[in-house]
Amino acid sequence: MSQPLAVVPKPTGGPLVRVVDVTKHFPTGGTFGRGAVVRAVDGVSFDIAPGETLGLVGESGCGKSTLGRVIMQLQPATSGSIQFEGRELTKMHGNELRMVRQRMQIIFQDPYASLNPRMTIGDIVAEPLQNFGLGNKRDREKRVQEVMRVCGLNPNFTNRYPHEFSGGQRQRIGIARALVLTPSLIVADEPISALDVSIQAQIVNLLEDLQDEFKLTYLFIAHDLSVVRHVSDRVAVMYLGKIVEIATSRDVYDTPLHPYTKVLLSSIPNPNPEIEASRKPILLKGEIPSPINPPSGCRFHTRCPIAQLPICSEVEPPLEMKANGHVAACHFAGKL
Amino acid sequence: MRAVDGISFDMDRGETLGIVGESGSGKSMTALSILNLVPEPGKITGGKILFKNRDVVTMTSGELLEYRGGDVAMIFQDPMTSLNPVLRVGFQIEEAMRAHSRFDKKQARDRVVPLLERVRIPSPKQRARDFPHQFSGGMRQRAMIAMGLSNEPSLLIADEPTTALDVTVQAQILELLKDLNRELGTAIILISHNVSVISSLCTRVMVMYAGRIVESGPTRQVFDHPQHPYTWSLLRSVPRPDERRHERLVSIQGMPPDLSRLPTGCTFHPRCEFKVERCTREEPPLEEVGPAQDARCWVLMKNVSQESREAVKK
Repeated sequence: MSQPLAVVPKPTGGPLVRVVDVTKHFPTGGTFGRGAVVRAVDGVSFDIAPGETLGLVGESGCGKSTLGRVIMQLQPATSGSIQFEGRELTKMHGNELRMVRQRMQIIFQDPYASLNPRMTIGDIVAEPLQNFGLGNKRDREKRVQEVMRVCGLNPNFTNRYPHEFSGGQRQRIGIARALVLTPSLIVADEPISALDVSIQAQIVNLLEDLQDEFKLTYLFIAHDLSVVRHVSDRVAVMYLGKIVEIATSRDVYDTPLHPYTKVLLSSIPNPNPEIEASRKPILLKGEIPSPINPPSGCRFHTRCPIAQLPICSEVEPPLEMKANGHVAACHFAGKL
Repeated sequence: MRAVDGISFDMDRGETLGIVGESGSGKSMTALSILNLVPEPGKITGGKILFKNRDVVTMTSGELLEYRGGDVAMIFQDPMTSLNPVLRVGFQIEEAMRAHSRFDKKQARDRVVPLLERVRIPSPKQRARDFPHQFSGGMRQRAMIAMGLSNEPSLLIADEPTTALDVTVQAQILELLKDLNRELGTAIILISHNVSVISSLCTRVMVMYAGRIVESGPTRQVFDHPQHPYTWSLLRSVPRPDERRHERLVSIQGMPPDLSRLPTGCTFHPRCEFKVERCTREEPPLEEVGPAQDARCWVLMKNVSQESREAVKK
């Protein structure tokens, strides 16, 4: 790595990211903003250890992408605390926050929409370096070529434009851009869901290789539970703005404690027809409730197969340790 | 450009057939051909499509109108673009029956609520009076299925019916399709890029690549003992939900070919890890390779050693 471009990481003993009771509410409009609020993220807490991949799964509208963006401070949190490398982000402004951003980057779902069609690949990947005024022109060129190479792109293509690349290659460009500043945290928001099946594996493998090589920490946001299980050390499951379960990848899949996690797992078809024939999906009743007016008590109680009234509709279950490192928010954890 | 090239297959009454492939593999075009609905300027330049011994390619436009939506119905990935936003859902289902001659006006009207009930839309009577935007994604897909079934077709073609849906909703739609196949005996062609969805619903599968069938056979046979390297890699490029230990995914190098500039020989050879010299020159025929299983490959996975298979993962 070229010396002048490397940012010195802050040594910390604790978690890389600490999220404490974070909420993100959006106003829905209404006259003079007096409308209802969408509780997209509602009291979420977790840590991400350095070098770890935390998977964040949930269905559309559960708030997982919003949470990713709030952690990146692309949108301010409504309340709560977000610490990154031991420093509070929610109180930071202007230049201070700008400097921290060198260490945290995001990869988006749509490799077509996230690259400026009028910029060359070289300029796209070099832009973060330029933004922070790192290195001179030659250093930057060298660094761009180096990053493109590790991302599996031909470094001679710096003068080409995004439309000349396929979806998988564009996603590699997005990854190269995220990597060029040597970040410690990468938030990957559905990085493979827009890609063809044969290309998805290429990107998953690339992300894993990069993690090994550069000791990256990932927050991997996706709706595909099999992929999340595959890449993650730990998995957090979200439902309607809340985290309902966090555990190691293995524990979440082998011994899910929250009924929603169990339902999600039972819903995934298996490519092996024999195993598939014996799978019994637990079908949920009704539709996902609105985050504007979420159900009282446990938010899942209206659809939960084992909900017991009145406790589940009245008392919100806390997210608490149920077994070694296995956290769930349910009055009847492990009973389904 | 040949989007679909020399495809032959047949289907029995009540059968479930999966067509799996990536974008541009020709799987949707195959389905549209069955309906003789290939979009302009494309056309079916050769071959026959027989439905109950009648050739769809030579049908008159009057016959086609009765055939499409009557004998064969199709549902698509995005139910919102297939429903008219300004008409009530119940009316649209009724309209689908009125466009054909199987049911008279009164019968058509009376069938709407039972059809919505059949696809398990709660309070069907009230829901029939809703507009599409009042439905969730899953309910819209149910409404489309109800519309598709309204004329009691013998074949339902479902093109990526669950791709836009969440996994719990996908599970509901797949269970519904299974039940309809079992209870009504409607044959189903399921088109998907997702091998797990195919495995869930289809007893037989065709794998398509660059407009060709590269492998076909009973789903269990093909998925347990894939013979074409493309099928083999496709099955190993997705993590299994029951993965015991972290195995590196098989990634297929490169990308699918441009159909107007197909490679010589086997269309998959530039991406194939197991190719031999002959693959670059001669296109292999679709030949029987196992019990009811056909593959289009000179090498075949049964002739590839365990070491070579493992080497691909590195």
